[in-house]
Amino acid sequence: MAEYQRILSNLYDGLASFTKGTVKVDEDTELVGDLNLDSLQIMELLLSIEDRFDISIPVSILPDVKTVRDLAMQIKKITQSE
Amino acid sequence: MGIFDKFQALAANRRELETLGIDPFGVQIEQIISPTEGLINGQHTILAGTNNYLGLTFDPDCIAAARTALEFEGTGTTGSRMANGSYSGHRKLEQELASFYGKRDAIVFSTGYQANLGLLAALVGPGDVVLLDADCHASIYDGCRLGGAETIRFRHNNAQDLAKRLRRLGARAADALVVVEGIYSMLGDHAPLQEIAAVKQEFGCYLMVDEAHSLGVLGERGRGLVEELDVIADADFIMGTFSKSLGSAGGFCVSDLAELDLIRYSSRPYIFTASPSPATIASTRCALRKLAAGSHLRQRLHDNAKRLHAGLTALGYTLGAPPSPVVAVVIEGRIEALTFWKDLLQHGVYSNLMLPPVTPNGVSLIRCSVSAAHTAEQIDAVCAAFADLRVTA
Repeated sequence: MAEYQRILSNLYDGLASFTKGTVKVDEDTELVGDLNLDSLQIMELLLSIEDRFDISIPVSILPDVKTVRDLAMQIKKITQSE
Repeated sequence: MGIFDKFQALAANRRELETLGIDPFGVQIEQIISPTEGLINGQHTILAGTNNYLGLTFDPDCIAAARTALEFEGTGTTGSRMANGSYSGHRKLEQELASFYGKRDAIVFSTGYQANLGLLAALVGPGDVVLLDADCHASIYDGCRLGGAETIRFRHNNAQDLAKRLRRLGARAADALVVVEGIYSMLGDHAPLQEIAAVKQEFGCYLMVDEAHSLGVLGERGRGLVEELDVIADADFIMGTFSKSLGSAGGFCVSDLAELDLIRYSSRPYIFTASPSPATIASTRCALRKLAAGSHLRQRLHDNAKRLHAGLTALGYTLGAPPSPVVAVVIEGRIEALTFWKDLLQHGVYSNLMLPPVTPNGVSLIRCSVSAAHTAEQIDAVCAAFADLRVTA
């Protein structure tokens, strides 16, 4: 749980550079709907998140990532498997 | 939710285009007059968006070869090579492609899209890792998805970013497949192939290079960026299409790896598709011979590309890349790009309109492709149309 919270906190910091503080982000925030990011911005966001966590996120999992929670869970899964 | 509900956003986009009186994705060329001229909306129009890089679609020898094949072998093969047999031309073209690249063997596919789809879907499956340049063509993404491989993107044209991602894979990196293109179709920029080949050597992985837009365009014999940068030996799989420089339709993969032939027996987009028609194969074989001997065509192509690039640069346009047969003009704003494309057509120039999300970095582009068959006067006329729109913009 502590690991998940650490990831979530780090993720909020990463998202802040994209939202520029204009949106209040929580676990239920939808990356497309709430952050108002288009598909290209989402891709750029993911590249920066990958660097932040030093991981590679497979393209195939993206359809399952709708919310910040989904993304945090996927990051946790990837970091635990490495 | 109904099965058509997901098309609502698309339908709204279509309605917007109808309101503006613009249909960039439904242009009808009423008559093709030459590789570089057609009749559109009843108007003589310079074709500057056809990818007909060497202008071979009207080459008399290619037409004669196709006509002979049509007469003696019929209009079509009526089935796949696996189920219905190969014609002699299919195999001869594969041998000629392999010989052209100095590689062991080749497989011919029915389209360029299917070449990427068929090779990747068979080659990389669950448990395998593919690293794609982020700007790779949709056919490459689709092939990886069909195969079910773990697909990772790296930053466009960034060999260091590729190396970083390979390093994260640890021991798995040695079996990973890296996929890049020679010339990228949207902006016309080249891959840093020597740097990428060095990364491939460092990690011992496999490298696939799609030369769809660089075959016939780059290299002394027209073999693409792999030849121009002397990395043919590093490319484990070289992909290409017949529908651009070779002026027909189809695609191929060449490789030194003995296992290539096994792809043929496991690639669904190869097995379950009708093979290329005899006329297509015959004109492609003829065009390949001309392409290999066509340094004068490449010279004309590059002269034309430089002329267009210089003309548009002088007019103050922002272009996507240094001079290349793909000259992409950045237009600020989606509506502005739509209007610009329409106005350009009304000025007698057919180009390609490229809008997000298929474009890199979310830009809107007027994409021109130059041909060796363009005359200097046609290139100047294209520049004059851009100049006119610059003034009125």
